[in-house]
Amino acid sequence: MIDSETHRRIQHLHNRYVRVIDDDQLEQWPQLFTAGGNYQVTTRENHERGFPLALMSCKGRGMMLDRITGLRKINVYEPHRYNHQISALEISAQPAGGFRCISNFLVVRIMHTGASMLFASGIYLDVVVQDEDGTLRFAERTVITDSRQTDTLLVIPL
Amino acid sequence: MSREKPDQCWPGADNTRIPYRLIHDDEIYRQEQRLIFQGPTWHYLALAVEVPDPGSYLTTFIGETPIIVSRDDKGELHGLINRCQHKGALVAVESCGRASTLRCLYHGWSYHLNGDLRMVPFEKGIEGKGGMPAGFVKAEHGLTRIRLDVYQGLVFGSLSNDVEALETYLGPDMCAHITRVFHKPVVVLGYYHQVMHSNWKLYMENARDSYHATILHAFYATFKLNRLTMGGGLVVNHDGWNTMNYSIGASVQDGHYDPQELRAVMADVGLADPSLLNHRQEFADGITIAIQSIFPTCVHQQIYNTLAMRQVVPQGPDQAELHWTFFGYADDDAELRQLRLQQANLIGPAGYVSMEDGVIGEYVQRGTAGESAGSSALLQMGGSAIETVKDSRANETTVRGFWQGYRTLMGQRSD
Repeated sequence: MIDSETHRRIQHLHNRYVRVIDDDQLEQWPQLFTAGGNYQVTTRENHERGFPLALMSCKGRGMMLDRITGLRKINVYEPHRYNHQISALEISAQPAGGFRCISNFLVVRIMHTGASMLFASGIYLDVVVQDEDGTLRFAERTVITDSRQTDTLLVIPL
Repeated sequence: MSREKPDQCWPGADNTRIPYRLIHDDEIYRQEQRLIFQGPTWHYLALAVEVPDPGSYLTTFIGETPIIVSRDDKGELHGLINRCQHKGALVAVESCGRASTLRCLYHGWSYHLNGDLRMVPFEKGIEGKGGMPAGFVKAEHGLTRIRLDVYQGLVFGSLSNDVEALETYLGPDMCAHITRVFHKPVVVLGYYHQVMHSNWKLYMENARDSYHATILHAFYATFKLNRLTMGGGLVVNHDGWNTMNYSIGASVQDGHYDPQELRAVMADVGLADPSLLNHRQEFADGITIAIQSIFPTCVHQQIYNTLAMRQVVPQGPDQAELHWTFFGYADDDAELRQLRLQQANLIGPAGYVSMEDGVIGEYVQRGTAGESAGSSALLQMGGSAIETVKDSRANETTVRGFWQGYRTLMGQRSD
């Protein structure tokens, strides 16, 4: 069983994740992961068929920061924002320490023109650990999108 | 609005002016289905390893036409139109699978994997009443077979009986480059599917366009991975229908990452973790980036250690879906396999290098919306010729080559 305090802290981590992305505080996004944490976005098609290819794959905070550098300074795309809806969070404690989490997400993409669409839905599969400073962070976050399609491009992390 | 015929819409005899109508007009789009996709062209459909065993099949498209690629119980590959001979319903709806027969869900007509009609429910009626007439012969109602040919493990299909032999269609340089990459067994590592809100031809122009690569794709220039001043060239075969753009690195790093050198080349923007750019030189010719385009809708890419086939599926004048099949070699060592997967961050819908291609066609689509006065794009970089250029890539010869194939099949002349 997960005690209510732990549950609250993990829920808080999930909420922080939504805030830093949806409120465009993306420079803080890597800080929600451990220094060597893994972030990966893949599709259910690739995941279920056992294909290792990912849309985005960051090993460690450095690569996550580089994704933010890319979207701030290098890549060209039309301005847009996300609105994340997270639900059905389940948490289980791992015998070796840390927690596995699963949750659902919907991401609405809002273009600068006002055009909005359901951009992605799927699940987060997480490993959350207590970091050296006592903070809970993602050691792993695997984003599995339900659809195999990406509309136009993916630049902001899901 | 006046409706010119398509054959009157070209302003000149050469391919330096491309009418914007061609990416908006519904009638032209319908003609393309008939004259290009159902015409004398070969279309990349799959890698043979994706249909490995008897009973394997996958579904794809030639233009809008739904296609099945299957392997029958003797191990023979077949290309079939995915359309039941009874009422026209799809007989295979999954993207891939294994089956002993393909069965239409509507009335249960079932087919062998070679397309032969196997069984019609109630063919003889019920107690001698109803059923198909006595003259009905199942052998005459198999799934429509299309021409299929395999070159170095690449499966191509054609809806035309008049198309030339596949190797002739590809041309000698294209064959050589395909062989360069497909010289040993490959394995699929995954797929991307990307919806683009633009005409299919804009993506095919883009894939052939060396001029934009280092300008639009700032990642290349920022990290000096690809510059127009680097060695490289443009190769055309088959009167420009098929082309290859390549560059030879001069890469910022080769084998293991050298932090001293890499910092020096990143004046303004640095990567916090430059190991993203680690790669291994795996081709003796030193080519680090090679984008090969086979008319009309196939792209074969090597960007460092990323290897992929791309297939464009048109979905109306203003939408297309891009299918990426990412592969490696069956004998990749663990490190090389990891390099490919890490470098996948460069390509696909979320690729540092290629994400812009998902939207740039849409900018053109939107930028040219509503035009009706016969305005056109200008393709004069390098003049008007369609030819192999080995010493410069500041040239749109390969893009003009695409339009050469297009005009030849569409019968569009300027006079």
